[in-house]
Amino acid sequence: MTRPLQDRPLSGLCVLELGQMVAAPYCGKLLADLGADVIKIERPRVGDGARRRGPFPGGVPHPEKSGLFLYLNTSKRGITLDLETEAGRGIFLRLVADAAALIDDWPPGELARIGLDPDALARANPRLVHTSITPFGASGPHRDFRTHHLNVYHSSPHTTFSTPAEGAPRRAPPRAGRYLAEYDAGLSAAVGTMAAVLGALATGTGERVEVSKQEALLCLERVDIGRQINPPKPPPWTGSIGGLLRAKDGWVMVTPVQNHQWEGLVRAMGSPEWTRSEACKDEAARQAHRDEIQPRIQEWADGLTRAEIYHRLQAEGTPAGPIQTVAEVRVWPQERERDFFVEIDHPEAGAQTYPSVPYRFDDVGWTGSRAPLLGEHNREILGERLGHASGELARLAASGVI
Amino acid sequence: MSGQGSRPAPLAGVRVVDMTWAWAGPHGTQLLAWLGAEVIKVESHSRLDHSRMRSLMGGTLAGGPDHSPIFNDLNSNKLSITLDLRRDEARALLRRLVAVSDVLAQNMRPGVMERLGLGYDELCRVKPELVMLSQSAVGSTGPERNYAGYAPTFSALAGIADLTGYPDEPPMPLSGSVDLRVGTAGALAVLAALYERRRTGRGRHIDLSSTEVMSAMIGEAFLELSMSGRSPQRAGNRHDVMAPHGCFACAGPDEWVSIAVGGEREWAALVSVIADPAFADARFAGPEERWRNQDALDAIVERWTRARSVDAAVDALQLAGVPATRVHSEESVGLDPHLLARDFFRELEHPVVGKRRVVGTPWRFESADVGIRAPAPLIGQHNDAVLGGILGLSEAEIERLVADGVVH
Repeated sequence: MTRPLQDRPLSGLCVLELGQMVAAPYCGKLLADLGADVIKIERPRVGDGARRRGPFPGGVPHPEKSGLFLYLNTSKRGITLDLETEAGRGIFLRLVADAAALIDDWPPGELARIGLDPDALARANPRLVHTSITPFGASGPHRDFRTHHLNVYHSSPHTTFSTPAEGAPRRAPPRAGRYLAEYDAGLSAAVGTMAAVLGALATGTGERVEVSKQEALLCLERVDIGRQINPPKPPPWTGSIGGLLRAKDGWVMVTPVQNHQWEGLVRAMGSPEWTRSEACKDEAARQAHRDEIQPRIQEWADGLTRAEIYHRLQAEGTPAGPIQTVAEVRVWPQERERDFFVEIDHPEAGAQTYPSVPYRFDDVGWTGSRAPLLGEHNREILGERLGHASGELARLAASGVI
Repeated sequence: MSGQGSRPAPLAGVRVVDMTWAWAGPHGTQLLAWLGAEVIKVESHSRLDHSRMRSLMGGTLAGGPDHSPIFNDLNSNKLSITLDLRRDEARALLRRLVAVSDVLAQNMRPGVMERLGLGYDELCRVKPELVMLSQSAVGSTGPERNYAGYAPTFSALAGIADLTGYPDEPPMPLSGSVDLRVGTAGALAVLAALYERRRTGRGRHIDLSSTEVMSAMIGEAFLELSMSGRSPQRAGNRHDVMAPHGCFACAGPDEWVSIAVGGEREWAALVSVIADPAFADARFAGPEERWRNQDALDAIVERWTRARSVDAAVDALQLAGVPATRVHSEESVGLDPHLLARDFFRELEHPVVGKRRVVGTPWRFESADVGIRAPAPLIGQHNDAVLGGILGLSEAEIERLVADGVVH
């Protein structure tokens, strides 16, 4: 069910994106998938570095076939522009004049170095919202640190629901997912940007929003960090009742946190005798006797599949979820019925299956489109919108500006 | 505690009725409150936000509903009123509040609001341009819509837990931060709907799936499945192309440095710092060789890191241009000189919890007054201000509602 394009939440919002890899492009994608006109500006010939990162069909690198790029740049239009040239900057500032927001991920000071300092941008558009995303922010001793995702990820603690095996050698915390920290920064930047856009509409003046990836991550861990940096020191976590259980065919997460949820687990297990002991009488008793209780629960789980545990517990009101592989999520009936996965065709990469958006607006989900080819909309935007004649476009291309 | 700039906050004038609880919903509305919205949390003593009383990894909390540092970390800048929504009169008051508000956010199971007579259709009758956010575990449609969940189950279902951890160890479901990601996505959806309403005058009902928020954050893993037919697997700290790419033990107890090397320039920089003759070996001649032989490569790197403190390792590597950071724990991050120099942690005085350091905001606004201004409200702290000041009830009426248990 696709509504007319002008009927999407962010229809009419023009956003420029100077972003590479994950964080800034995800910020742009979130806005674009909601209907904003996001113009992605890439370096001529080279483009976004994500174009050189896989996954690629057949494992063969190709700048138009990177799964990372294709996913993170849906619903955008793309142009190429060399901002190191004066002509490139001139075109850029004309685009800025018409945009509501600019998202960039250049290292601190780099835009100013080439003459695109805050004053120049404000002269071009005093109502501009300019969001800058950097690993550590625009000030402080780590401002110029070089990073990849792994470094950003580990610059913040990250709590996971795992209880290391007794006596196992101490290992470093592993990162979550693939590029989670970068996605986090992009999502937080999108919230800041949209709020600032609303503020700019209300006041008629622009705003500069600074997003430090590290700080965006830390904000998400605020509760657990808060517990550690304030007295009294909390007792070490000894593991929960339930938690990660091994089923016949994999792992399942079970969280009987509240009393009625524990009772649901008891019913699902067939109300065995041991659950009526003193050790199980309340939350505190259960936690104190976790060493006795946990093997009993695991014993029950041993004989069941993930699906059996999941549906039986949920039928009793106890939260649970199987650990699903990516392939399993893809065919999960819940997401099938919600049309969460969409097939998007692309002239070079072909039809691929993408996750869409995690929210429905009045039951409408995906209304987006495929990622742009490198420089695909140069003619449309620089020609038709800014009025460059085709001869001029050819000249700009020949001199490497676009 | 003041915000960051001097101009009015961008959401000044936006009023949010906050019926969320636990972590995910409250953090989303907290973000709106930091951005200047007037967020009115609706609870009651018969249905407390359970983060006032307990947490997944901390168990039951000591003290009463105003003693929870967790609640304080998720509900700053908000107001609190207590309405017992089992009572008709309380629901009527809630409708009156919605009529003079812009947004209603809630994260009860799908169908609960409808059963209370507070579904989107009913609320639209009193506020046609309402923006309503409904967050749930797996969304309000689909065969499992009534299933319940917490952060670790969202991450389990979403596919990210299976991608997190070492290949030879169990997967690692993520914990509370997942909820805060869900809240952040919810805040974005509300802001988009407010933007649209400004243009069209029309409201929206947003159905948000917590699990889908997390699947969307591993998007390229699904593209990999689509392109190769293979389901990606967890790889600890390793990367599919870069090497070295991992965390290495340093001299100090439980100290680790993360090092990620992409491209020849960074490799040359690493070689210049560590200067181990073994790097000249043919096994490390190019990126593919290094990736194939990364066990051996990692051993050489770790021999170097083990001989120095994490700070010395990070400084030497960064000076040469090698991406490296300290692997922070929840304790060490509170002492981070960079974050201290940026004044990231704030001190917040709460009348019951006391003075606490709280983690700051994910953005800094240059001009607008955005940020953490006030601690989380005591339960019912703003009954008079909201029921009297906003709904115009007299003192006598409020007293009567309290006596009748409608305000509870």
